[in-house]
Amino acid sequence: MIILKGIPASGGIATGPAYVFRHAELGIKRETISDPAAEISRLDSARDIARQQLQTLREKTELEASADEAAIFDAHAMFLDDPSLLELVADAVNNRKLNVEAAWSDGIENFAQQMEMMGDEYLSARAADIRDVGKRVIRILSGQGDTDLSELSAPSIILAQDLTPSDTARLDKNFVLGFATAEGGPTSHTAILAKALGLPAVVGCGPALLEICGGTEMLIHGGKGELIASPDEETKKRYVQLTGEASRMAELELKSAGDHAVTKDGRQVEIVANVGSPSDAVSALKFGAEGIGLLRTEFLYLERTTAPTEEEQLAAYKAVLDVMEKRPVVVRTLDVGGDKQLDYLDLGKEANPFLGWRAIRMCLDKPDFFKIQLRALLRASPGHDLRIMFPMIATLEEVRRSKALLAEARQEVIAAGFPVAENIQVGIMVEIPAAAQMADLFAKEVDFFSIGTNDLTQYTMAAERTSEKMAYLADPCHPAVVRQIKRVIEEGHKAGIWIGVCGEMAGDPEAAPILLGLGLDEFSMAAPSIPHLKAILREWSYANAKKLAEAVINLENGAAVREHVRNFRL
Amino acid sequence: MEKGKVKVVNEVGLHARPAALFVAKAASFKSDIRIHNATKDGKWVSAKSILGVLTLGVEKDHEIEITAEGADEAEAVKQIIALIENDFA
Repeated sequence: MIILKGIPASGGIATGPAYVFRHAELGIKRETISDPAAEISRLDSARDIARQQLQTLREKTELEASADEAAIFDAHAMFLDDPSLLELVADAVNNRKLNVEAAWSDGIENFAQQMEMMGDEYLSARAADIRDVGKRVIRILSGQGDTDLSELSAPSIILAQDLTPSDTARLDKNFVLGFATAEGGPTSHTAILAKALGLPAVVGCGPALLEICGGTEMLIHGGKGELIASPDEETKKRYVQLTGEASRMAELELKSAGDHAVTKDGRQVEIVANVGSPSDAVSALKFGAEGIGLLRTEFLYLERTTAPTEEEQLAAYKAVLDVMEKRPVVVRTLDVGGDKQLDYLDLGKEANPFLGWRAIRMCLDKPDFFKIQLRALLRASPGHDLRIMFPMIATLEEVRRSKALLAEARQEVIAAGFPVAENIQVGIMVEIPAAAQMADLFAKEVDFFSIGTNDLTQYTMAAERTSEKMAYLADPCHPAVVRQIKRVIEEGHKAGIWIGVCGEMAGDPEAAPILLGLGLDEFSMAAPSIPHLKAILREWSYANAKKLAEAVINLENGAAVREHVRNFRL
Repeated sequence: MEKGKVKVVNEVGLHARPAALFVAKAASFKSDIRIHNATKDGKWVSAKSILGVLTLGVEKDHEIEITAEGADEAEAVKQIIALIENDFA
């Protein structure tokens, strides 16, 4: 038994035989040639084939993964036809009478190495892309076809040095149980692909990974970042049990995901999804989402050089609303600050961006910029249940100013001759303790509260939520946080408004029963968590959950709260 | 031959999407267009080559020089500089 530790890249457990993927060694001969024109014409035909392959890969990837992933192949196509590269190759062939395979791979290496030497993460990644294109052409020239993972014919765990988009694009996803790579980090291509496919992946396992022979029995635990080769009987039994139970349960839960979450004594709560892009909305429905509790709009603003226009935003919001039809869709207005740089907006660099000029604070200082988003939302509203939510609200003045801008935007849209839905609910994120404390007053201003438990915990415990060292301060089950949630729900209900939670806590199987007992109306979470959470809530009665909530509020810390939930006898 | 000089104000310099937009703009002209990073005082490359442009390592606040030679040289330099000055809008 060999145990390898790597970086957890995508959760899940799987067992199966190893399939070791090695890039074919492309031996490149160096020869002196006599007919340069014939060499160049061989290269041109190879590039024609490569261009077609890239086009096919692009279309397939766009269909199966995302437009962003697919765009990688656009960059590959640009490299393939780059005039500087072709000039370098033509010079070697025409003047030095070098065969085209050698000339091409020299040219590719020339640019790849220049980029690597610039010490820039972005350019190093492009160096890998350039070599990927280079090998594609060499394979075609040498008649080796396109090496890929398509020869995979039985369900396996893929082991590789690293995987590129070209490697995985033609992969038959039915035959993959998981991924492990010797190199790569948590944001490598392998990690992103595995998450999108819902498969376990461990990356950065080190060179020992590639000493494992194909066919070796493997266990992979994505969440722990652990990989076991040739496991002993006892370990195997443990894993088989884990995977068997997990997949049986998941299957059952998915079957009933479309049904409502109703407790044993008949209380129904709303289960909705957190969504970061229009394509997420489609998969949210498959997992049984009854609406969207949080549409993050940052995807519209990031990684571009100019601000998104009203028309662009309108199209994106329409896309999500059309998918959700009449279901509720809560859209959070832009939430960026000094931790994310936008080329077209000078957000400045701050020592503590989470305590800085961000989200509604920034938007209220740039009313013309903010109203573009508000107008696009209003124009998207007719025929749908659109709800607008303002993030990072600390004071009543901020809510009132946001509502005033929304009213202005509505006037502008109507004046321009566009229809707007009559009833658009307006709410706030409750994520700053000041808002939680003043919930009674805020409740008079809005139609709903959505508690952002990740930030509420971070601001309550004064501990950055991304810090590994302070993980013990990041538990939303800490009574200091739970008591605030209790207060927010009580005050909200007194004023007759509904309350949701859109942080990790809502999808946390140990925390959700507490929220149920506190009277929460709406649980919003990552879509894949929905089937399991619905199943858990159906096992509880509202009466029991209330007892649970009353008890945990008086415990000392988050760990004690969680233990109490686990030991609570239903 | 037409010449021009401009400071790159874009946050990511000539990387990623801005680099692709720059090369696409240059490729739309008939003239031979070359670019060099004056701040680093490095080599000259073809402005129509994405690989060449990326290897210049142009970052925010770097100055670049452009030369164009051909039928549409004046228009080429004018439009490329405008693209950079307008932050690729």
